[in-house]
Amino acid sequence: MECVFGMVGKGFALVVADTSAVNSILVHKSNEDKIMVLDSHKLMGASGEAGDRAQFTEYVQKNVALYQYRNGIPLTTKAAANFMRGELATALRKNPYMVNIVLAGFDRDTGPSLYFIDYIATLHKVDKAAFGYGSYFALSMMDRHYHQDMTVDEAIRLAEQCIEEIRSRLVVAPQNFVIKIVDEDGAREHSWRRTTRD
Amino acid sequence: MNRVKYRISWFIVVQEITSSNTVVRTFFLLNQRVNDLVDISQLKGFRFEFSLSVEIMKLDFSGLESSAPLYGGSNELLSDGFSAAPSFDLPVTSDFDGFQKNSIQMVKPAKGTTTLAFIFKEGVMVAADSRASMGGYISSQSVKKIIEINPYMLGTMAGGAADCQFWHRNLGIKCRLHELANKRRISVTGASKLLANILYSYRGMGLSVGTMIAGWDEKGPGLYYVDSEGGRLKGTKFSVGSGSPYAYGVLDSGYKYDLTVDEAAELARRAIYHATFRDGASGGVASVYHVGPNGWTKLSGDDVGELHYSYYPVEPAIVEQEMTEAVVA
Repeated sequence: MECVFGMVGKGFALVVADTSAVNSILVHKSNEDKIMVLDSHKLMGASGEAGDRAQFTEYVQKNVALYQYRNGIPLTTKAAANFMRGELATALRKNPYMVNIVLAGFDRDTGPSLYFIDYIATLHKVDKAAFGYGSYFALSMMDRHYHQDMTVDEAIRLAEQCIEEIRSRLVVAPQNFVIKIVDEDGAREHSWRRTTRD
Repeated sequence: MNRVKYRISWFIVVQEITSSNTVVRTFFLLNQRVNDLVDISQLKGFRFEFSLSVEIMKLDFSGLESSAPLYGGSNELLSDGFSAAPSFDLPVTSDFDGFQKNSIQMVKPAKGTTTLAFIFKEGVMVAADSRASMGGYISSQSVKKIIEINPYMLGTMAGGAADCQFWHRNLGIKCRLHELANKRRISVTGASKLLANILYSYRGMGLSVGTMIAGWDEKGPGLYYVDSEGGRLKGTKFSVGSGSPYAYGVLDSGYKYDLTVDEAAELARRAIYHATFRDGASGGVASVYHVGPNGWTKLSGDDVGELHYSYYPVEPAIVEQEMTEAVVA
């Protein structure tokens, strides 16, 4: 029931994720932040098995930081995406990580970019991406209404439309969503869309 | 033993079960005339225990053998004197994969328990029931499900008792080592991360642990939920176990951050009681602990049966009609 989706706009990239931590029929928490800030200009929205999600995203975060300390410059979004994919691919035939990731980043020279990374180490550079049951609703909505070079307001409005669609049509829809944005000023939390308070 | 010579003229399936093991070997005997020694007392329906005498023709059953591996030479029946390959007994089943899955499910405990913990103004309140059940059998009504990791941290037990007890004890050891190495107490965040990493490394190997780590450190009260799938959640209110949905209902409706210690204890006790009332796998004694700035203290341990009658005392029944003694003339 986890929903993560994202899109690229004019000079920014957006990632939206639900914030529920669920165990069979029980919702343990409805304010669990699943979009990790990888470094100053990268966001990683992850969905999948609880333990794998936390462990893999933290592992990637620490390695990205290590590269920066060793080499003095941060990784580009493309390099980080390929690193993640490499790790997933290496582990795939032994002890696979069941995590799906949407990576959004802003680079000074190439601008905003969005990467779709599957749990079986698929990697695609895309304009819009979605994972989970919510993807069935979000992808077609984004296909219909997305266009190149959207402004922040247009993109937020599209994200809200997707959230509303998920809320009304998905049988066990998550209660709350968080929206995070990355642009030339950095990666930060934009807003929440709540129906319940935790 | 009677030596019986008979013609078997119908299709029969003979299961041979030796006295030492239970490997099944099936044969189809049709229209054979066999000299065999049959122990009449063993005849029960289609089960025969027999051995072929050496003089008769050696029947070649190799094409009819089941896929079970050959067993060792204790059975002289189809052995030609050479020892068979090393083997082990297979269970008597036609669907081995389903059997394997079911046996793992049987061994894996279903977390029949109710535990809860919540953070409030005065610290952390931790409560649990004390029933251990194996399927439909209640094996104990007095299990300690709140484990004292160290004087300022508690862990709750749900899932496999051995797993929880051992790994909490191990966590206590690691916390003490951290204290000695760093000259300061470990934080609840750190302790829960240690446990979560250990459990993650054993992922998929059958550990069953659903625990909450509650403690008071420099940042104040802390509560984490850690489970054997590798998940770790920071929160203010958790309940774990088969009775947890029932406990959540009472807990959510009565919770306020500004409770006093007594009110919070009563809320926790009430939530456990209601869970034990509805959930068959929870019961026994409702224990309530409080973790404050100076460590944990046990507040109460009440039998839930007695709690029931204290919350819902027996009303004298309204008598509509009374029988009176017949007047004897």
